[in-house]
Amino acid sequence: MSRHTYNEKVLDHFRNPRNVGDIKEADAIGQAGNPACGDFLILYVKLENRILKDVKFKVTGCPAAIATGSMLTTMVKGKTVEDALKITEKDVEDALDGLPSGKSACSNIGVKALNEAIKTY
Amino acid sequence: MMKKVHLDYAVGTPVDPRVIEVMVSFLRDKWGNPFSVHSSGREAMGDLEESRKKIADLINCKGEEIIFTSGATEANNLALKGVAIKMRKKGKHIITSRIEHPSILEPCEILEKMGFKITYLPVDKYGIVNTEKLERAIREETTLVSIMYANNEIGTIEPIKEIGEITREKNIYFHTDAVATAGKIPIDVEKEHIDLLTFSSNDIYGPKGVGALYIKKGTKIEPLLHGGGQERHYRAGTENLPGIVGFAKAAEIAKNEMENEAEYLLKLRDRLIDETLSKIKYSFLNGHPEKRLPNNANIRFLFIEGESLILNLDFENIEVAAGSACTSRELEPSHVLTAIGIPPEEAHGSLQITMGRWTKKEDIDHFLEVLPDIVARLRLMSPLTPEDLREELL
Repeated sequence: MSRHTYNEKVLDHFRNPRNVGDIKEADAIGQAGNPACGDFLILYVKLENRILKDVKFKVTGCPAAIATGSMLTTMVKGKTVEDALKITEKDVEDALDGLPSGKSACSNIGVKALNEAIKTY
Repeated sequence: MMKKVHLDYAVGTPVDPRVIEVMVSFLRDKWGNPFSVHSSGREAMGDLEESRKKIADLINCKGEEIIFTSGATEANNLALKGVAIKMRKKGKHIITSRIEHPSILEPCEILEKMGFKITYLPVDKYGIVNTEKLERAIREETTLVSIMYANNEIGTIEPIKEIGEITREKNIYFHTDAVATAGKIPIDVEKEHIDLLTFSSNDIYGPKGVGALYIKKGTKIEPLLHGGGQERHYRAGTENLPGIVGFAKAAEIAKNEMENEAEYLLKLRDRLIDETLSKIKYSFLNGHPEKRLPNNANIRFLFIEGESLILNLDFENIEVAAGSACTSRELEPSHVLTAIGIPPEEAHGSLQITMGRWTKKEDIDHFLEVLPDIVARLRLMSPLTPEDLREELL
């Protein structure tokens, strides 16, 4: 997969991922993916009055996994839990102006991690 | 813009300008068909046979033992299917290894579907085939052993001479895929008892679209392509003369310059490996430290993934290859890394770095300068990175 198959927006989030890290006193933590398959992501959420006050993530994986994780955090931060849960993989992909074919299925795992986090909260 | 640092020679070598020079006249003026009887045909035939001799010299065989093909894939297919089919009355068993190139493994799968039995020998943690296991795998029905000379991904060199001695003694044909090896280290088919050997032009700085199969005189083999009787009936089809002449020039250059080039690349390789392993914690060499091709380094970096590494290196104008290939559903770890016992999550973090004729010391400097920061950045965001290492990296 060469760099040319990723658009500029994806490359921007890949090179400068937003909200990387963890939250020491997170209210909710969720994970998705599997290191053996290449992509693995953990999402940390700090809630206040059912609002996602802070969202951070850690990821290992291909550029698409990094970029989608980054984009998702920017999309859900500040939203209510209800609104955040409405965001789909497709919304994340669209916000990035698309991913190379084949990348969306395996690497777009942030939404799943968020759902896991909220479910366990 | 900064010059590109190409450290991916295993995927393809640039064509040597000296090769291009020789080829041009064959495209422009000397377009005769070696099969014609008239004078331009005879001239072309002379050039063809002269090329055959030069290519034969690279592996120490006779010119008439070289059969030209469209590339290494065809040569591997010809060796396996050709011998299997021709020898099927003697037996239908073939021995190969788990770390062969797909152009060996996939013909083997086809042969299995046709009723042949294939033994895929395991390798040790360095990728070396165990010759005792090989000897034990030989049966009455075994007709062919195909073990690559050196592995294209991890550079490990196999005990070819020992294998050749075993197969010679047991009266079985021995084929070796020497695509990654030819022109890098000396090959002597006579001393090493090799009956069939695959090599290609575009891995020794020649043009794409030409390869060769050495077939030792007297070896029984069925052609894949039937037709006009070219290549002594072993491979029908008009010879790609401009390509063959280029291949011959590339072989001649390789023979003359191999020793110096190998010595030079070996120094670069060892420096790249030593400094990478010492600068970056939790990085390990894949393959054998000494029994490896002089131009190959394959290193895995724990806690991170290869495509992200490669893309970051690409931003720094460095071209390398990954240890895993992305299929449509998931990341598929290299079958070679799997065979040497590397777990998938570690295989995914592997880089294959291959140097060549135009690799400069400065290229390695640049690689060593940018790599630690890239690895650190990816590790800082990885959930797999242990806390103590993360603190060191911050």
